[in-house]
Amino acid sequence: MRVGVVTFPGSLDDGDAQRAVRLTGGEPVPLWHASDSLGEVDAVVLPGGFSYGDYLRGGAIARFAPIMGDVIRRAGDGLPVLGICNGFQILCEAHLLPGALIRNEGRTFVCKDQILRVESADTVWSNAFTAGDEIVVALKHGEGNYVAEPDEIERLEEEQRIVFRYVGNPNGSTHDIAGVTNERGNVVGLMPHPEHSVDPLVSASLDGRGFFASLEAFLARAL
Amino acid sequence: MTTIATTDTVERALQTPEQTQPWAELGLKEDEYARIRQILDRRPTSCELAMYSVMWSEHCSYKSSKIHLKRFSELESVTESGPLLAGIGDNAGVIDIGDGWAVTFKIESHNHPSYVEPYQGAATGVGGIVRDILAMGARPIGVMDSLRFGPLDAPDTARVAPGVVAGVGGYGNCLGLPNIGGEVVFDACYAGNPLVNALCVGVLRHEHLHLAHATGVGNQVILYGARTGGDGIGGASILASETFTDGGPTKRPAVQVGDPFMEKLLIECTLELFQAGVVSALQDFGAAGLSCATSELASAGDGGMHVDLDAVPLRDSSLRPEEILMSESQERMMAIVRPEDVERFMEICAKWDVLATTVGEVTDGDRLVIDWHGERVVDVDPKTVAHDGPTYDRPIARPGWIDTLQADGADHLVRPESGEELAAAVLALAGSPNLCDTSWVTNQYDRFVLGNTVLAQPQDSGMLRIDEQTRTGIALAVDGNSRYTYLDPARGAQIALVEAYRNVCVTGARPQAITDCLNFGSPEDPEIMWQFTEAIDGLIEGCRALGTPVTGGNVSFYNKTGEQAIQPTPVIGMLGLIDDVANRVPGGFTTAGDIIYLLGETSAEFDGSRWAEVAHGHLGGRPPAVDFDHHRRLAAFFDEAARAHLLSSAHDLSDGGLAIALVEECLRRHLGAEIALPGDAFTALFSESTGRVLVSAAPEQAEVIAEAAARHGLPLTVLGHVLELPALTVVDQFTLSLDDLHDAWAAPLPEALGAHV
Repeated sequence: MRVGVVTFPGSLDDGDAQRAVRLTGGEPVPLWHASDSLGEVDAVVLPGGFSYGDYLRGGAIARFAPIMGDVIRRAGDGLPVLGICNGFQILCEAHLLPGALIRNEGRTFVCKDQILRVESADTVWSNAFTAGDEIVVALKHGEGNYVAEPDEIERLEEEQRIVFRYVGNPNGSTHDIAGVTNERGNVVGLMPHPEHSVDPLVSASLDGRGFFASLEAFLARAL
Repeated sequence: MTTIATTDTVERALQTPEQTQPWAELGLKEDEYARIRQILDRRPTSCELAMYSVMWSEHCSYKSSKIHLKRFSELESVTESGPLLAGIGDNAGVIDIGDGWAVTFKIESHNHPSYVEPYQGAATGVGGIVRDILAMGARPIGVMDSLRFGPLDAPDTARVAPGVVAGVGGYGNCLGLPNIGGEVVFDACYAGNPLVNALCVGVLRHEHLHLAHATGVGNQVILYGARTGGDGIGGASILASETFTDGGPTKRPAVQVGDPFMEKLLIECTLELFQAGVVSALQDFGAAGLSCATSELASAGDGGMHVDLDAVPLRDSSLRPEEILMSESQERMMAIVRPEDVERFMEICAKWDVLATTVGEVTDGDRLVIDWHGERVVDVDPKTVAHDGPTYDRPIARPGWIDTLQADGADHLVRPESGEELAAAVLALAGSPNLCDTSWVTNQYDRFVLGNTVLAQPQDSGMLRIDEQTRTGIALAVDGNSRYTYLDPARGAQIALVEAYRNVCVTGARPQAITDCLNFGSPEDPEIMWQFTEAIDGLIEGCRALGTPVTGGNVSFYNKTGEQAIQPTPVIGMLGLIDDVANRVPGGFTTAGDIIYLLGETSAEFDGSRWAEVAHGHLGGRPPAVDFDHHRRLAAFFDEAARAHLLSSAHDLSDGGLAIALVEECLRRHLGAEIALPGDAFTALFSESTGRVLVSAAPEQAEVIAEAAARHGLPLTVLGHVLELPALTVVDQFTLSLDDLHDAWAAPLPEALGAHV
């Protein structure tokens, strides 16, 4: 399982995403934003951070990084893509996922261990969970308030593309949405950080491992 | 100064010796200006005057503190792993931690800028200390912040505190450094002068240790990072040496503006430069910008330096050479690079989109010369700028009021007696600004990033894993106690020292060394100098007794509002080592049925306590006693107990005594406790005797714990046990529900500050 992790200038959790891949049995493949190809990978993670400083809008500039061309192309072919925090923002900016992330309702950065409810186990990145499961995943962001047009939200609800919901909304997200998927279920974006919830010495839970177990199960089936 | 149209060259200075110069406006004293003329044997050019004025400011030259700080060198500069690899005088102290690893850490103040512009002042304070650590050749791996504001209910606190917290978070979060702890204190003495002390810790391989020495004739001087702009011009001398008076003109432009994204690139770029082996010497840009970087690099080396100011990339092309030399634009570094390495150096900078420009070279001789538009504007011996600044042996006078203050102890204060009164006092303390829940602050900081944070706030110390394979780690705590230091500066500084020591050792780490940030009033006031020198005496005695050398730090003077100085506030950052972070001892009761113990002895010590503050608004008397030998035995006990996994939890007793320690331990995981107090209930609950720790452990460990405590000569008292039932019961006195305690404890900060973000 070769999982690419893209480093943009200002990416912060790229090393953690690589470690999470390693701790869950995969082979992390560091990828550079200026490259125009993902190369030989089975999946790709867009990690958290403040790409290009995010002074304009989270992910607004990273979306135009050279490597994003291949990310968009191969996501269209079904490559598993996980966007975490800033990665989620980038996926929204790139229109691989609907909606946008605006400033937290409370106007401050929030860092905590967050309870999430798994709403859909029908994606590449969540199939190791069961819908209704409550999991604990690290969360840290200033702009994680998920918004979308009302009809878009309706469609997400109807198509069961809301993958995770907050139990105790930390940022004002519409319908408590923490993470969503595309129609095909191979692209998932969420604000919380599964890569920070894989190591017993530094995490309140190991629930982040489920994301990578899901990927592994999906890839095993696909073979 | 900026109105000078023609360039003031060395030649012109020689021709116009009598030209009047704005030395006073730049913060120089008359005799200091005369000394500059004497050194140069002519009047300085305006550029030279700018350099001397910033480098000879209190902030950069430590002119009032230098002779006293020297005494820290009396301490043996070794830790358990051997001699310090770098210490006082370098950018930051470096400690060998074995296996080829070293750790560097330092704390620094950014008090005055944070009052003027809370967000940017605090943000650039974090940025500055991070660059200090980077300049040692280390990867920064964590930050901590020690914050002090005016009263929580003061209107200006609602302006300053949220801005400072957002600034610390905004910068550190964007940089990708976990914030692993710190303190937040509210006291009227900081109303017009908040304290923002930031600590950074970094890790490096021995072979990457870099010191700032410009050597090798022909080596290139490369400026890289952000362009130079007009921000922070004269910040060092003007901001750090003056106090704020109402109604004065705004000094906003003198505060720097931070760009954490650029700093993140600077970190990654610099570390790659080190890896590639293309850096001979490195200096960060702190206060005094180019003046500091060039003069310090040149004076620490064995040659001179030539710099062409025209080559410095500018954000504002109208800047005068004096301003370019004084600018405190952030996110800049200066490297000395061998000619054959320049190409590779530039490639790496280009990879990270970091602007890098050759601005000069190391020369023969011992002069620092700087040209502008082809004319010589600076020609100095760099040592006279960087190191030969004035030193003052300021007058020292023990204040007449100290005896009166120390005679006014807390004995006459009315104490709670009944169980009901004691319960009310516990609730009042738990809900007071300095003992309440600080998560409103700490939840604005990323503590997860980099994936090595084993412990963070609200734990007694922050703990970071250094090596994933061996699981070796470090622990860090920062502590200060201005109330005790006001009552007795030497003792107060020692109380801060042993509190930091305890905070590190109760987590299972072995305390090694300290960094200190000494925040005081005006050194021109003999009574302040008395406080300062007393505090240093106290720290030297304490550090010697504890075996923890001072590795470096920072002095911040002129902390006052009008004529009212802050209470003296030495803040101590203590570093500890732990062989295996899996052995860490967390805070907070973990398991119902565990036995609760108190280690250490409680005497009736209430002077300067939080109880005296909260219940009576009283500050007087003498601070509690400190026993260093007892602390060393505590550390030995916890080292052993942590390795043997004897304890479920441990929590140091400090502000608020046992009462607050119990509240915090219960609230962490919402587990209750039933406690039987030995002796007088009020004393047991609210005394702030030092050297005490609350621990909990499984009943089957009881014998081993008792044996170990006895062997280490530590008084051990069984207090009670942990309960599933969410209530804190003190037998024969009161029961408080954890919900009520939590409501009181969690409310103050969000209520006072939440609406002001």
